[in-house]
Amino acid sequence: MTAGEYRRVVVLAAIWAALIFAPYWMPVFGGYTALGSRVLVLGLGAMALNFLLGFTGVLSFGHAAWFGLGAYACGLTLKFIIPSTPLGLLAGTLVGGVAGALLGALLVRRRGVYFAMVTIAFGQVFYYIAFQWSSVTGGDDGLRGFARQPLDFSLFQIDLLHSDLAFYYFVLVCFAVVVAVMALILRSPFGRTMIAIRENERRARFLGIPIELHIWIAFTLSCFFMAFAGGLYALLNNFADPRVLHYSLSGDFVIMAVMGGMRMFWGPLLGAVVFVVLQDYLSSLTVNWMSFIGVLIVLIVLFFPRGILGLIRQRRTA
Amino acid sequence: MSVLEVRNLSKRFGNLVAVRDISLSVASGELRAVIGPNGAGKTTFFNLISGFLAPSAGSILFDGRDVIAVPPHRRVGLGMARTFQITEIFPELTVFENIRIVTEVAAGYRLRPWLSAAEKAEVRRRIEETLPLAALSGKADRLVGELAHGDQRAAEIAMALALKPRLLLLDEPTAGMGDQETYEITQLIRRLHQDRKLTIVLIEHDMRVVFHLADRITVLDQGSFLAEGTPQEIAANEAVQTAYLGQAA
Repeated sequence: MTAGEYRRVVVLAAIWAALIFAPYWMPVFGGYTALGSRVLVLGLGAMALNFLLGFTGVLSFGHAAWFGLGAYACGLTLKFIIPSTPLGLLAGTLVGGVAGALLGALLVRRRGVYFAMVTIAFGQVFYYIAFQWSSVTGGDDGLRGFARQPLDFSLFQIDLLHSDLAFYYFVLVCFAVVVAVMALILRSPFGRTMIAIRENERRARFLGIPIELHIWIAFTLSCFFMAFAGGLYALLNNFADPRVLHYSLSGDFVIMAVMGGMRMFWGPLLGAVVFVVLQDYLSSLTVNWMSFIGVLIVLIVLFFPRGILGLIRQRRTA
Repeated sequence: MSVLEVRNLSKRFGNLVAVRDISLSVASGELRAVIGPNGAGKTTFFNLISGFLAPSAGSILFDGRDVIAVPPHRRVGLGMARTFQITEIFPELTVFENIRIVTEVAAGYRLRPWLSAAEKAEVRRRIEETLPLAALSGKADRLVGELAHGDQRAAEIAMALALKPRLLLLDEPTAGMGDQETYEITQLIRRLHQDRKLTIVLIEHDMRVVFHLADRITVLDQGSFLAEGTPQEIAANEAVQTAYLGQAA
């Protein structure tokens, strides 16, 4: 093993150890298990967004749409169709992912700010549908009347509802599976074409890569990951309201990715840790917590444009 | 048989005619230089051939097939590779990774989520075959963006070669280079032409390079065809001297 590979293994082991033992070390710093679950779910969303933003170089400002569709579809499935946690998640993933695939096909010829604008517009369409269609979605009050169901392994059951600890590990397993899929794709020939498009779109085109098709596939994959995270979010809260579709949540995901470091695979998770923990702590002190996060973002973007993780890396190689 | 045949090609931008009624035919294994004063329409001509721009009139035959309606990435698939006047590479990736992306695309793996061990070995073998062509074997792990200008150009040519092209289009391969770098790139192109019998069309400003390398030269002036011939014929051509060499003096 080279020194680089060795360091990689150590870092990975440290990240997973921290996540696996989080429910035991977090209370020391004033954390609690449900906060850990929230970090993982929103972190997964930020990593799903960054799959597109950081590795294909395409900025979507409406990714909450797929997150929210996943959340609503999961909640509605549990409430009206079948009380099963895995099937709810599956439904959420499929609805958000397929919607992303269809609308993504209309988007891929747009670039830069135009792409971002259209994604915001799509997101807001779903927001107003959820807001207005009260008979199904519960409107402004949100979707209530469902709860995560026990996992049934026929020999035994795992109660996810009353045990925060069991739910945390459920989320962690889901997180691990999706993150592994993302990592495998990024290390594949297809993943390398995504990076080629990020690095130099014109060059990529003249190497024989059909850019629009590859961006569409990357966008669609990102939407599926996002919708899956949204489904977990509905399970986390046993609740979904129109704000999960709103562009301000899309903005939160972008902030997490940029703050943590969008060129790095684990950057958005670190961004989510900082964002969610600060939000949790500051919102207990002041209703204006967002202005503190705003200041932090400005500082990071000005002084560490590669994000917190980028700063750590730079220090090490310097 | 001609690899590239261009017939009565024109391109208008509004009232400006950038390329006017140009025809040429490049034989298999030929090295053709396209020269002309600034504004002669050389780069536009290249952009038309590679599909970056759509022509206003005329036709382009590649291996006898009309490619006017073929989008740029498909023309690459047919065997047409190009480099750019301003080096176009993936600067934040290593030389190896740059070549790997191209090699995988050329092998038809671009949509694959994984490769078998045999396929990976084949990709690696091809990369290791490509690197020495551009004298980059010792620099495989360097970031391309950190290489010297001449090596970046060489890397770009290596990327084009990894596509295993039947026609290589080089847009000012020695632009912005010092004497030593120019010499090295010239030697590289010469090897590709003589040892590998590659068909090459290049645009070049440096006359030493052009007269040293080219089998035949096509001269453009203000978007129009001016002359075509061997380097000796072009050097002796009065119209060329007036339009081009005269202007330089």
